[in-house]
Amino acid sequence: MFTMGIDIGSSSSKVVILEDGANIIAGEVIQIGTGSSGPKRVLDEALSKAGLKLEDMAKIIATGYGRSSVEEAHKQISEISCQAKGVFFLVPSAKLIIDIGGQDVKAIRLDSKGGVKQFFMNDKCAAGTGRFLDVMSRVLEVNLDDMAEYDARATEPATVSSTCTVFAESEVISQLSNGVAKENIIAGVHQSVASKACGLAYRCGVEEDIVMCGGVAKDLGVVRAISKELKKPVIVAPNPQITAALGAAIFAFEEVRGANK
Amino acid sequence: MTDTTAMSAKELLGFYQEELYEEARQAKKEGKLVCWSASVAPSEFCVAMDVAMIYPETHAAGIGARKGALDVLEVADEKGYNVDTCSYARVNLGYMELLKQEALTGITPEKLEKSPAARIPLPDFVITCNNICNTLLKWYENLAVELNIPCIIIDVPFNHTMPIPQYAKDYIAEQFKEAITQLEEICGKKFDYDKFLKVQEQTQRSVAQWNRIAALSSHKPSPLNGFDLFNYMALIVCARSKDYAEITFKKFADELEENLNKGIFAFKGNEQKRVTWEGIAVWPHLGHTFKGLKNLGNIMTGSAYPGLWNVSYTPGDMSSMAEAYTRIYINTCLDNKVKVLSDVISGGKCDGVIYHQNRSCKLMSFLNVETADILQKENGLPYVSFDGDQTDPRNFSPAQFDTRIQALDEMMKQNKEGVSNE
Repeated sequence: MFTMGIDIGSSSSKVVILEDGANIIAGEVIQIGTGSSGPKRVLDEALSKAGLKLEDMAKIIATGYGRSSVEEAHKQISEISCQAKGVFFLVPSAKLIIDIGGQDVKAIRLDSKGGVKQFFMNDKCAAGTGRFLDVMSRVLEVNLDDMAEYDARATEPATVSSTCTVFAESEVISQLSNGVAKENIIAGVHQSVASKACGLAYRCGVEEDIVMCGGVAKDLGVVRAISKELKKPVIVAPNPQITAALGAAIFAFEEVRGANK
Repeated sequence: MTDTTAMSAKELLGFYQEELYEEARQAKKEGKLVCWSASVAPSEFCVAMDVAMIYPETHAAGIGARKGALDVLEVADEKGYNVDTCSYARVNLGYMELLKQEALTGITPEKLEKSPAARIPLPDFVITCNNICNTLLKWYENLAVELNIPCIIIDVPFNHTMPIPQYAKDYIAEQFKEAITQLEEICGKKFDYDKFLKVQEQTQRSVAQWNRIAALSSHKPSPLNGFDLFNYMALIVCARSKDYAEITFKKFADELEENLNKGIFAFKGNEQKRVTWEGIAVWPHLGHTFKGLKNLGNIMTGSAYPGLWNVSYTPGDMSSMAEAYTRIYINTCLDNKVKVLSDVISGGKCDGVIYHQNRSCKLMSFLNVETADILQKENGLPYVSFDGDQTDPRNFSPAQFDTRIQALDEMMKQNKEGVSNE
């Protein structure tokens, strides 16, 4: 039996096709999100990779910011529950999830069965999100993918104290014009992202294992900064962008199996 | 006089709201006094003196609900009011500015002409009370200075400990006496204590019917949709010292009881989970917040906010009245806030709690983190909080709200099914 999870975020679209609730046979990501061609393209790509058709799916569940606009889906589940489900599947020892996406930062505390015990999200503000890193990467003229390398070379992280993305951007510009090394500024930017995420994590209760997911988890500079702030190791979920889609696909499998019992 | 006997509660609500505004407009035309009042300032004194009353918070909520807030918020912005200031205050100060411009020039500003809100007359004096926040002091002082009119202030100290000490009640009762003296001077006549007693008695009858409605949400399934309390609240604010509120609330409570007896419930057969809503409504997005919950089968059966006007006291006893106007839960310490909310949650048989982090109401929002934490330890119920604002539509994100309430719904489901063991 095949089930599908579709996670349409603000800045990327993800699809997972799961076989019998256990084997990931496709996990695709396209770096554009809701309202774009991303959702359709990623769906086509996943089906093509798996060599399957939409009709082969026993159930499709959508999640993410754009979950309501996925016509193919039979049901929508919030990304909080889906992240919990997906991460717990990959890392059964997970107790705390830190998920940083395009416009959301979430800390999700799991109970021992992988259910959501508590979660906290950022308020109506882009600080600490993927969008914040996007803005900084543009100002710094450093690709997002290269930010971690710069971070690793930092000698003395600069302070990026403004919470507001716009003010933080002007703070970074002023540091650049003062000749502060990009490496140190980037480490400061990562510190700023970490500080927002950890604020939410502390409210949830920090307990190991701590797992990071979402697109920003690919930036190891942020992972380093979060680990440093929490003074605990942080595990990056395998293929961290698809964990919510995976969770949705697992929910779909469980619902079909439950219905067939 | 309109015959109201055949009207439904909903019709009565609309009728009396309009009647109150018309009375104020008529009073102004006839040269009688009009007062703008804070929502939980005692209404009894002015009503006993036959002063026509306008409640800016209710008026601002109405502007917000009718999607007219942005226009007047811009006027307040232009006057230099910071966006971090309460949006009720900004809406009202913006609206006042438009009324003032009209009065000074004889020309109705376009934004006033276009405003979907009920037209209200400018006040001859204002009365405020800091039992629900301190912004009300500066807001009303500003109104008084801008319009060069008297401002009656009833100072009610914050209750850092409970129960309320006698010296606090004595102090507030003295404040009442001072307000009466000021009122006598403004009105140019002696205070009518006999009428005042009757007004107090009327207020108690209105409050009793209000509490009767609120208590109906304890039934499971509930005949009362809690969001209706947000709508009916207009009359407990604006007409609790008149029989308008008593008549309307009695009718509504009777209708709900009749429905209950017939097995007619607010969500028909679709009440799946019950939530407490902590905080003021998001008036510009009232429909979105209500429908979002309804679509998930979640009915709101608990809210401490309508209880702000549960001003029960013994008529004729100033100390008792003083206590009623100071024990409002947002004027009390964290311990008491938790207790009040805990009773609301258990009274409404709720499965989860939604906290409105209201950018306008710091007093209601700043204790939410602590309150939620304590209550969850006590009752184990899941909760979420969302960013919003009572009247500034820019501070609310529908998608963020939707994600949070869907996740809450899933957590409540998980709890009810016993999937979680912690």
